Amino acid sequence: MSGLTDAVLTARRRRGGRPTRPAGPMQRREARWGYFFISPWILGFLLFSAVPIGASLVFSTLDFQLTDPGATTFAGTSNWERALADPDTWTSLAATFRFTVLFLPLSMVVALALALLLNSKHLRATAFFRLLFYAPSMIPLVAGVLIWQQVLNPQTGWVNRLIGLTGVHATGTDGIRWFDNPILVLFAFSFIGLWGIGKSMVVNLAGLQGIPTELYEAAEIDGAGWWRRLRSVTLPLLSPIIFFNLVIDSVAILQYFVVPWVLFGATGRPDGASRFLLVNFYQQAFVFGDMGYGAALAWIIFIVVAALTGVLFGTSRYWVHYGTERS
Amino acid sequence: MTTTQPTENALRRRRRGTLLTLCTTLGALLLAAVFLMPLGYGIATSLKDKDGVSDPDTGVLPVSALTFDYEGETHDVYAVPMPDGSTRDLALIEPGRESSVFIDPDDPEAGPIEWDGRWRTLDRVTGLDPQWGNFTEAWNTISFLRLTGWTLMYALVTMAFTVASSAWVAYGFARFRFPGRGLLFGLLMATILLPPAVTLVPKYAVFLQMGWVGTYLPLIVPQLFANAFNVFLLRQYFLTIPRELEEAARIDGAGPIRTFLRVIVPQSIPALTAVSLFHFFYAWNDFFEPLLYLAGNRDIVPIGVGLSYFSGVYNSEPHLILAASLLALALPVAIFLAAQRVFVQGIVVTGVDK
Repeated sequence: MSGLTDAVLTARRRRGGRPTRPAGPMQRREARWGYFFISPWILGFLLFSAVPIGASLVFSTLDFQLTDPGATTFAGTSNWERALADPDTWTSLAATFRFTVLFLPLSMVVALALALLLNSKHLRATAFFRLLFYAPSMIPLVAGVLIWQQVLNPQTGWVNRLIGLTGVHATGTDGIRWFDNPILVLFAFSFIGLWGIGKSMVVNLAGLQGIPTELYEAAEIDGAGWWRRLRSVTLPLLSPIIFFNLVIDSVAILQYFVVPWVLFGATGRPDGASRFLLVNFYQQAFVFGDMGYGAALAWIIFIVVAALTGVLFGTSRYWVHYGTERS
Repeated sequence: MTTTQPTENALRRRRRGTLLTLCTTLGALLLAAVFLMPLGYGIATSLKDKDGVSDPDTGVLPVSALTFDYEGETHDVYAVPMPDGSTRDLALIEPGRESSVFIDPDDPEAGPIEWDGRWRTLDRVTGLDPQWGNFTEAWNTISFLRLTGWTLMYALVTMAFTVASSAWVAYGFARFRFPGRGLLFGLLMATILLPPAVTLVPKYAVFLQMGWVGTYLPLIVPQLFANAFNVFLLRQYFLTIPRELEEAARIDGAGPIRTFLRVIVPQSIPALTAVSLFHFFYAWNDFFEPLLYLAGNRDIVPIGVGLSYFSGVYNSEPHLILAASLLALALPVAIFLAAQRVFVQGIVVTGVDK
């Protein structure tokens, strides 16, 4: 249960060093069958990934309008220059960056905390709670967003009315307007995101259940308290899972689209806070039909994602522990 | 009865354990309440009438002023203070300046009741009045059956395609040695991290050229070529199947395709079920690509996209939006609850669920 990262690392390890056996007829036959079975993926990879990535780069050098594909001309680097000069590009990078900085750590901590809670020997009715915390992540996202839009309604939503009960002035036109303030809206996005935390929570929980209890017993005998056990046993042993969640979640968050789109469309309200990278891309490429420019923006997203995953994989060897888990 | 007296220390430890259990479970209950709060709000609010939704001072539950039908006419119900000091809920049938005629809705046979006083000073009586009609209205306005039908078609067809092709490819990676296998598998895994946007512009241009935009073809056909996550999960499972079973089939003269269909597939039902379920929910949720490729053809969009169109048009009618959202989540949540055991097993079987 060490997930994707394990597979990638294993693949990398295998690539080096293994001596190639002389291929006999049996091996050749086996290899042919292997290629035969994986051929649908190879074909799909070429058709829907490899070739389009390259084509995207070519498209980014064209002036290609969806409304008039016949008039396509070569545009050199002008789409790229325009992308770098366009304030919307920087707004979308900033919006995405700000939300990532807020939500990524928040979601990692909450997913871990909930998993720890569900794994606690002090919790009764574990199955019931696991079901409850997991269930909202099964709710179709658009439906969830629309429900939250009303729950966070400044006048009538329960969140503001609950806050109002504590004496803070929350409701009304001068109350807490979750969708009108560029900082508050990040919290609104976060609430919606945390509602669907169940998947990461379950992945964490599976990891926690794989940690041998002897290690905790040993730590306890050594006098380690709760915090110490968490830091010295749980976190290191869980680090491959945390890494897996981190990679998947950060790639997903860089492509954040459904929630801002359903709430704000391409308006970017409030103050550009909902103009995420993908929203900006979608608007330029498919609302305005400026496909050449859209391709350049898509490549910028690709570069950002590649850079981030590169950094994550690069730093992983300093904090992700694989040793003891694999025996 | 135990013969050993528990020491004071053990007793204290046990008491501390009980306290911890109590606190943890109570804390979890509180959290669960927070998790369920939006659903509670959604249900309560979807049953309100239009005025009740936008009134910030109304209660939590869907209430409205009561009325009573008497002799073919509708009359309002008021809280009327009676001379004996009690207050009765009575329907006003004949308003007058200084005295009015009421009737008891619970006992109209008792005949009209004369009451001295100004009826305008009285308060209307409110009662629980869930507007079930909101759901009917939402059902009809979003064409719920049509949306669900298209969503089901999309989810089930792509599920069959992706599970079949992914299992096929996963078998290739799990059981056969061939040059470049590690590299190709790494490449496959890397596609999980590939942002779809970077392939979208050329794909869209080609699909447009082929006349596929506005149909489900751009969404369905690529599923025939396996999906990295599913391949990974299924390959992990195939690796745990003992090779002896395949050897036996081979000795019986079965080729690799036959072995795959007759040995591997029947052995992998739990994993295949899990992957099918994961994909079903993924497809039910899918938004970006249906939005893009079906943009010109609003009649065939799946439910997520349909809901977002609806909310854009009906944004002044939150009770209808909430009713529509609840309708949209009912089926997947019901399937999840019914298949919960399979789901949890699936997560255990495949290791992950993303």
